[in-house]
Amino acid sequence: MRELRKILIWGAVAIAGALAMGTIALRRGEPINAMWLVVAALCSYSLGYRFYSKFLTAKVLALDSQRATPAERLENGRDFIPTNKWYVFGHHFAAIAGPGPLVGPVLAAQFGYLPGTLWIIVGAVFCGCVQDFVILAFSVRRDGKSLGQMARDEISKVAGVVAFTAVLSIIVVLLAVVALVVVNALKSSPWGTFTIGMTIPIALLMGVYLRYLRPGRVMEASVIGFLLVMLAIFGGQWVSHSHTAAAIFTLSGSALAVLIILYSFAASTVPVWLLLAPRDYLSTFVKLGTIAMLTIGIVLIRPTLQMPALTRFIDGTGPVFAGNMFPFAFITVACGAISGFHALISSGTTPKMIAREPQVRMVGYGAMMAESLVGIMAVIAACTLQPGAYFAVNSGAGLVGQTPAAAVATISGWGFPVTLDQMNTMAKDVGEDTLFFRTGGAPAFALGMAKIFSDSLGGKAVMALWYHFAIMFEALFILTVLDAGTRVARFMLQDALGHIWAPLGRTSWYPSIVATSALVVGAWGYFLWQGIHDPLGGINSLWPLFGICNQLLAAVALCVATTIIVKMGKARYMWVTLAPLCWLVAVTFTASWQKIFHSNPLIGLLAHANQLLALNPAPAGLARRVFNDRLDAVFAGFLVLLVTVIVVESALQWMRVISGSKAAITSEAPFVSTRYAAEEAA
Amino acid sequence: MKPIHEFLGHLLAALREIFDENAYQRFLLRTGAAVSVESYRTFMQEREVGMAKRPRCC
Repeated sequence: MRELRKILIWGAVAIAGALAMGTIALRRGEPINAMWLVVAALCSYSLGYRFYSKFLTAKVLALDSQRATPAERLENGRDFIPTNKWYVFGHHFAAIAGPGPLVGPVLAAQFGYLPGTLWIIVGAVFCGCVQDFVILAFSVRRDGKSLGQMARDEISKVAGVVAFTAVLSIIVVLLAVVALVVVNALKSSPWGTFTIGMTIPIALLMGVYLRYLRPGRVMEASVIGFLLVMLAIFGGQWVSHSHTAAAIFTLSGSALAVLIILYSFAASTVPVWLLLAPRDYLSTFVKLGTIAMLTIGIVLIRPTLQMPALTRFIDGTGPVFAGNMFPFAFITVACGAISGFHALISSGTTPKMIAREPQVRMVGYGAMMAESLVGIMAVIAACTLQPGAYFAVNSGAGLVGQTPAAAVATISGWGFPVTLDQMNTMAKDVGEDTLFFRTGGAPAFALGMAKIFSDSLGGKAVMALWYHFAIMFEALFILTVLDAGTRVARFMLQDALGHIWAPLGRTSWYPSIVATSALVVGAWGYFLWQGIHDPLGGINSLWPLFGICNQLLAAVALCVATTIIVKMGKARYMWVTLAPLCWLVAVTFTASWQKIFHSNPLIGLLAHANQLLALNPAPAGLARRVFNDRLDAVFAGFLVLLVTVIVVESALQWMRVISGSKAAITSEAPFVSTRYAAEEAA
Repeated sequence: MKPIHEFLGHLLAALREIFDENAYQRFLLRTGAAVSVESYRTFMQEREVGMAKRPRCC
């Protein structure tokens, strides 16, 4: 009877999922309700978790409830701590969820809601969740080793060096891209700039509160910090209405870039307790609360999607970013479907907290499902906007005309009607002077989110507050990524330079801290500056480069995972990681090739450089812009070369092990029986 | 009411873990120290490198 009930329940889930998928994939010509996306996602995740992750657990990874985890064997009360599975889940989710799953799907919405939605759901179930799950499982079996260490131990020393270089490169590009998103969101926005500026003294205050006033009361400090941020949002409204104050906080892209670069340098050099830790707590607090609110808001108001399933821009002529749906939709949406960065977290702190091996499934596979759902929410937020307004906000001035009037004429001519009046009313509703040319994805997401929030609570009267709350929420995320990322890259650089000259490796030696921080900030600051000053570049060039980096890192992680599966003597199951690996190699190598060599100057970096050189008269800053294009092309080629080395090294390992010419020896820690099993039996 | 109470209890405990409050409690248990400015400073010093090396995803 119980079996029959299970079959009926899972059959109903499968039918509901198929119906929802069919509706979003096949319905044309009339708007659909956002709930179809939510149902399709939830049913797919449920089926993926119940069946596919169970298969991976039992057949591929053979997770063993009798085997002690490193958290148990190496317990030290610091890094290695056996922790309740729900708490590890929360910890892991808080670390993997960032601005990526919010921004990427918003940008990819230029193709329509369908490509992004399908990739987020299918990519998560078969690629992203699998990557996070297997890397976490393998790290748990190897005393919590990092991805780089596993690449070195399981593939080769060369692979270890390549993995290290790839990680450092992706961090640099990632930081430049997210900084550019913040600059575009805050440019000429005194309200947003004031609110975000205030989060710095608020974080410092929280640091002092935690250190001297109420030691260890982090949640209490975070609630106070959150209330102060809400006050800053109200204060921002006053600033935007005051001529004197508005003039002070109305900043150009260049000024904001300089401030963000200086801030990140300072954040990388001051003590962790003063800025990094409190900002991290505040950002996590706002992040978890807002994601929960957004989910509830969407379920409550069940908005209708205004964007069509597919737009004319699947042919690669889109104004948000150039390039065909394949491969660019699949690198633009990274974190919601698969993100190489997650492999760093799955082989970082999380494996040191897992108490029992079977819990890896819920934490690794489950947390990525939750992240993917956040990506679906972002698709919904972007696609609830009128398409004309979406394109007016997200298109650069160089592509749709230099003035708002020219932009509405161009966009309406594409079949997405929008008027100056509509745009002005929308800008007035959210307390901004204009919403034209606000590229980067963050303002469009904030508009969609503000619409959903104001429809659920408060109506149009509070739309401006919700919009700036959304901007603050994204910028807070991003500044946390900038703080933490700059510091992580600084540590990595110090580790590497320490092999050349030992004092440079000392993380407490201030000259080394300052020098390496300056190097890291200088590297991503250069890309940020380039993104701001190239009218046809910016997010158009840098986001695809970031997507390529992130997915290439995922390819590295999947190479490591496939090698371990082969060495475990389970070559018959290697397809579980090999199939996503092949897909990612196809996507990223095609995207890299097109970014470097495509004949369309909007896509190909070298073609763009040649186009600039052919212009007569020569445009301002010609030499610099040509150099930037060529530098980006070399960088993309360098990353592809790195990953080619790892893929070839891995494939050689697989062939040697499968053919029997090499013994299949993995660096797995020896089996030790868990004491929890005995406790349970007793 | 009991399931809701249990759920909220788990949620609060998960938040305490995420926000490192549990880590501080474990530190106090391990070192036998009491809640104080000094013990929190030592706790943060011990965790400083770990926190600074922890990446945040995009």
